[in-house]
Amino acid sequence: MANQKNTASPRRSFIKTSVLAGGGLMLNFTWLSSLAETSADGPIPTSWVELGGFIRITPENIIKILNPNPDFGQNVMTSLPMIVAEELDADWKKVVVEMAPHSTKLGPQFSGGSNSVRMYWKPLREAGATARYMLMQAAAQAWGVDVSEITTNASMLYHKKSGRSATYGSFATKAASLPVPKNVKLKDVNDFKIVGNSQLNVEGKKIVTGTPLFGMDYKHEGMLIAMIEHPPAFGMKLKSYDATEALKMPGIKTVFDLTLYPDGLEQAGFDTRTFNELLVVVGKSTWEVMQARKKLKIVWTPEGDRKDTMGGRGGKTVVVVPGALETTSKQFEKMKERAMQPAKLLRKDGDPESAFKNAAQIIERTYTAPFLAHNCMEPINFFAHVTADKALLVGPLQAPGWAIPIVSKVLKMPADKIEVQMTRMGGGFGRRAYAHYLAEAALISQKANAPIKLVYTREDDMTYGIYRPMYTATYRAALDANKNLIGFHVKGGGIPEHPIHADRFPAGAIDNYLAEGWEIPTNITIGAYRAPRSNFNAAAEQSFLDELAEVMGKDPIDFRLELLKRAKEKPVGKNNDYDAARYAGVLELLKVKSGWGKPENKKYFRGVAAYFCHNSYAAHVIDIAKKNGEPYVERVTSTVDCGIVINPDAATNMVQGAVVDGIGNAFYSGLTHIDGAGQQANFNKYRIIRIHEAPKKIDVFFVDNDIDPTGLGEPPFPPVIPAVANALYKLEGKRRYMQPFGVKLLNS
Amino acid sequence: MITLTVNNKKINVDVDPDTPLLWVLREHLDLMGVKYGCGVAQCGACVVHLNGEAVRSCVTKISRAANQQVVTIEGLSEEGDHPVQKAWVELDVVQCGYCQAGQIMSAAVLLKENKNPTDADIDAAMAGNICRCGTYVRVRQAIKRAAEIQRNAK
Repeated sequence: MANQKNTASPRRSFIKTSVLAGGGLMLNFTWLSSLAETSADGPIPTSWVELGGFIRITPENIIKILNPNPDFGQNVMTSLPMIVAEELDADWKKVVVEMAPHSTKLGPQFSGGSNSVRMYWKPLREAGATARYMLMQAAAQAWGVDVSEITTNASMLYHKKSGRSATYGSFATKAASLPVPKNVKLKDVNDFKIVGNSQLNVEGKKIVTGTPLFGMDYKHEGMLIAMIEHPPAFGMKLKSYDATEALKMPGIKTVFDLTLYPDGLEQAGFDTRTFNELLVVVGKSTWEVMQARKKLKIVWTPEGDRKDTMGGRGGKTVVVVPGALETTSKQFEKMKERAMQPAKLLRKDGDPESAFKNAAQIIERTYTAPFLAHNCMEPINFFAHVTADKALLVGPLQAPGWAIPIVSKVLKMPADKIEVQMTRMGGGFGRRAYAHYLAEAALISQKANAPIKLVYTREDDMTYGIYRPMYTATYRAALDANKNLIGFHVKGGGIPEHPIHADRFPAGAIDNYLAEGWEIPTNITIGAYRAPRSNFNAAAEQSFLDELAEVMGKDPIDFRLELLKRAKEKPVGKNNDYDAARYAGVLELLKVKSGWGKPENKKYFRGVAAYFCHNSYAAHVIDIAKKNGEPYVERVTSTVDCGIVINPDAATNMVQGAVVDGIGNAFYSGLTHIDGAGQQANFNKYRIIRIHEAPKKIDVFFVDNDIDPTGLGEPPFPPVIPAVANALYKLEGKRRYMQPFGVKLLNS
Repeated sequence: MITLTVNNKKINVDVDPDTPLLWVLREHLDLMGVKYGCGVAQCGACVVHLNGEAVRSCVTKISRAANQQVVTIEGLSEEGDHPVQKAWVELDVVQCGYCQAGQIMSAAVLLKENKNPTDADIDAAMAGNICRCGTYVRVRQAIKRAAEIQRNAK
């Protein structure tokens, strides 16, 4: 088990023993627990009574709530337990929060797709409400009264008529022995006391005092450090190596080559493999392994075409991954050529061909964006200890449920022998949904016959990536002689996937609509990156809508609202995946909150954009001014409809972060290749936005409603990029079509 | 053997003198608050204080710290109550949290030298610290709040 040194708070080391009424989880990985707020002064818990999968209560009335989903900055370590505490009617100040290990009993435990709160909203409310009811039943039985006469408040049970009261803790053991009731009534959302009121991050104090929380901080007795030397370019593989000098370096234990997936291994969607043949250096410390890597003599060779065997519902398919060594400038040319060729029909409403034939005016624009690297602040790492009959894996991971099957396959070990614990993650953004690095760590531990922590350097992390694809999209609009929009056409493509969400706005708002997509395969690995596809789609589409509004002589917000009115009142086609009223709602709120059209804002170059993704709606007004002669986003106003907001201040923080991330990507970020080799390997070449480039002010407003919560981590991100583009256009008088807008990515 | 003082404790370490201070702190002294982010002095996740100055420990050789005073996030205050730490908690600055120790260590030096920093002062002092989650607006607010806490304490 964890051998973590506990230095900051003596409390953690006390949470060791566990009286389990219902059997099940052992709560022995003490280093992950967090005390909410001020309860550090409370009594020391000695034993825990389990009330359902997520709740533990001590006789001293300390309540522990297990957070199912790993936290990568979206603050679920606080927000998910808040949901349980709300229905449990717990005293939040006396709640202990602990990261749950992976368990099939606790649901999918997947942090991604802006799904954590949305997916756990109902199960966690039910968990809290059920436990509360069982405590009420226990009290009612003991006091000989009807359960309907029992009330609760802040971890206390009351029988008003008799004036009796008791703590939850005093009835926890009895409650745990009762049969679990079904269909317990949930609270009315208007009665919420914890949800909807800002609570501080339960790990805030730990983070600001440097307490070990992250995968990189994990320690284990006898643990060695492992690093991987991967091919210097996509399309290359290991030919031969000489480790003689490396093995002579201090602290080095072993060097070996490793095949990640055997031929024909059936890959699931998130089993993406970037490089299959890896060279591994294992040693005592990170620095020593880094030094030994420099002494390796390695010969790499072109790999040629490779075959990936993809599993799936439709059975196995074999995909050929082309072996060519790719260069970004040539890829852009290839995309231009491919865009001229026929593409796959994704959606068609009405008769777009005739609309364009009869048009008095056709507007056509093409938008393009490069690969993006996730660049989580904490580089990829994972701990593995594989022995003959079991495996323990610990580290930063978004999707344990997807990781275990692939680890099981490569180790040839049953899944139930593989224990996974998720630490706090230093960022995720989609990158940690891919489990190849767990498979690597597990295989290395197996082969080295030792507990190891696999660590990527920043350069490894950036060049051994699963990137946001390269995208391009051509938008066309047909206008009649009165400048009415009579046809709309989007043809999007990418390397290696197209970005188009064909059923998304403005589909549904235009009679004659056509969406098409095309793809060019590559060996450069791609995957989910904060708001996949939407992060480009929004940038292109919302820029184009601004250009259209200008040609049509309309205000950009009013133009969008007109389209949304049409989509709401008389939607075109089927399967429109957005709610036009909620979409319009964020724009209407934005109009007010940003002072749109108000003379006092004339000093800014203003750009607006809105988008729907991950079941939520977000819109921004970006206010650009000039700073030292350069465009600078000085102020941002954001509106979001994500239904009920669990933790408003933390939610505001996340929207502010998405805005900063969006501005950074719009201006600076991009990854290029020459002959398959990544040209940006560290932050000196790959620009991440810095504090002096971040706005002075980001005002965030949530639409107030009682709709069950929808996503928040991703939705505010995509519309930032077009809002920047639209504001830049106001400043510069010319439109930028190639991201990033602020730096030149290619020298040619 | 190299001798240095870390968080007011005299320490001897037997490592290659070229080893960066970062890895000595993390892997020899178990001070995990200091973070590896880039290894090339670009991101600031590894900032610690060397004789009161903010340095990037990933490019600071341990030999440079010999017989010097090093302070890490773990030693910034006894109870985690340095004005910067207090302000950080109060304004709930962190998202993922990985860069924050570096941010706080940089901010602490800024506030020692400038009791009342402006936005421009903050931007200049903090431009070396990357936050991938984009908490910069709150970093600025928290530094101003910390300045206030610092002033009120006197």
